[in-house]
Amino acid sequence: MISLGPYAGFIVSSYAVVAVVVALLIFWVMLDYRRQKARLRDLERAGVTRRSRSGGSEAP
Amino acid sequence: MTALIALIRRELRIALRVGGGALIGVLFFLAVVVLMPFAIGPDLQLLQRLGPAVLWLGALLASLLTLDRLFMADHDDGSLDLIAMSRTPLELACAAKALAHWLAAGVPLVLATPVLGLLLNLDAAASAAIAATLLVGTPALTFTGMIGAALAVTLHRGGLLMAVLVLPLSIPILIFGVAAASAAITGPVAFGTPFQILCGLSLASLVIGPFAAAASLRQGLD
Amino acid sequence: MTLLNLANPTRFLTLAQRLLPWLAALTAILLVTGLTLAAMAPDDYQQGATVKIMFVHVPSAWLSMFVWGVMSLSAFGTLVWRHPLADVAAKAAAPFGAAFTFLALVTGSLWGRPMWGTYWEWDARLTSMLILFLMYLGLIALWRAVEDPSRAARACAIFTLVGAINLPIIKFSVDWWNTLHQPASVIRSGGPTLDKSFLIPLLVMAIGFSLMFVTLHLAAMRNEILRRRIRSLQLLQASQQQPGVA
Repeated sequence: MISLGPYAGFIVSSYAVVAVVVALLIFWVMLDYRRQKARLRDLERAGVTRRSRSGGSEAP
Repeated sequence: MTALIALIRRELRIALRVGGGALIGVLFFLAVVVLMPFAIGPDLQLLQRLGPAVLWLGALLASLLTLDRLFMADHDDGSLDLIAMSRTPLELACAAKALAHWLAAGVPLVLATPVLGLLLNLDAAASAAIAATLLVGTPALTFTGMIGAALAVTLHRGGLLMAVLVLPLSIPILIFGVAAASAAITGPVAFGTPFQILCGLSLASLVIGPFAAAASLRQGLD
Repeated sequence: MTLLNLANPTRFLTLAQRLLPWLAALTAILLVTGLTLAAMAPDDYQQGATVKIMFVHVPSAWLSMFVWGVMSLSAFGTLVWRHPLADVAAKAAAPFGAAFTFLALVTGSLWGRPMWGTYWEWDARLTSMLILFLMYLGLIALWRAVEDPSRAARACAIFTLVGAINLPIIKFSVDWWNTLHQPASVIRSGGPTLDKSFLIPLLVMAIGFSLMFVTLHLAAMRNEILRRRIRSLQLLQASQQQPGVA
């Protein structure tokens, strides 16, 4: 194991802060993706589709 | 050109009539400066040292608070749309509005500075120096703040959001304004250097402000 | 693959979907390599082991400025071509910029504690970072203040460009203000004085961080496109349920 000298706490905590923030960012992006996907699926199940994909007359 | 002069005269008349509220800025400035001794104690030595900073902060906040009315009233009664549709370039119209706003709300701050300087134990030379920096610096505050005012009016959000956006942009003006003012009193550097940079900042904001404000009005009004 | 193809949101979605796993893998490899190299890097003769904080501090600081650059380019796209994808890119980037600026501030302060004896010193670099952080937060507040996405995008684009012009001025002012009040800073990040044993891990980490931003940004842009699609679908649904209102 490498020795970090007398200020090991500061070094470890700065790396820890970076790791936590990056993990939060990744988690947030993935959670957001799941949520949007789910909402899109719900809307499609409800029969709402984009006009560009189906040529009109998609009213339920 | 006559259109611009007419616009400036209209703005001035609106600002100075009853309900215009341009002079409330001076009152606010006075209140902030009077408040200071209660916060830091009536130590004249200390007040003299903090004088430039107190006066500059007061002027900064006063000019920020009066900026709300730069576009808001015109937007509410529809005259902003007329100005935007007229043949005068919107950039020039914005510059004219800001100039009028500065004449009505900025110049009184500069004129009040020597009086407030007395309260802070500043001698005549120091008061004159601070007034000079404010004379050069307040146009920069108005023209920078105009960007925030234009963004706020197109988004129908005023007040705090505008302050949050504008305050970081006004840091350079504050730095060089206070530095020039303290340089005239005690400072380690000559008065000229920061004062000239302050003039440069002011000129730059005279260019950037109208263009950015006109762009945001044009993007927001359609 | 021309730029025109990329500009179509649907094509962009498929491309992003295909690229993301590769980018994520590459980022992971680079970051692991960088961290290993950083762990093996020698101690600085003056700062001791605390110099290791540099390997996360400098990349964060670099990205905090790079992200504003990305947003400025997107702002051009928004204002000049009125392209929705540019709006999406600018909006997705802002939170990451704020996060990296925050990291640069925290790691800088943790680095400063052993060097200065205090967590916060009004050092020129850290102060500029703090102002940049304020501007990121203001920008995010502006994004969240308006509901209509394209209206918000145009307002934010103008503020981003004004910020891009003002940031160098702010940096210069803060540097000048700092030399007026105290001697030069302790953090000697970057510059030609850096030894090769520090430079290589730092470069690897910087590239790793940048790729991480690209990956996250791409994923966030994808989310934002989906969010807008949902919004327009909901509006469509609402108009269908009330046949009288077109």
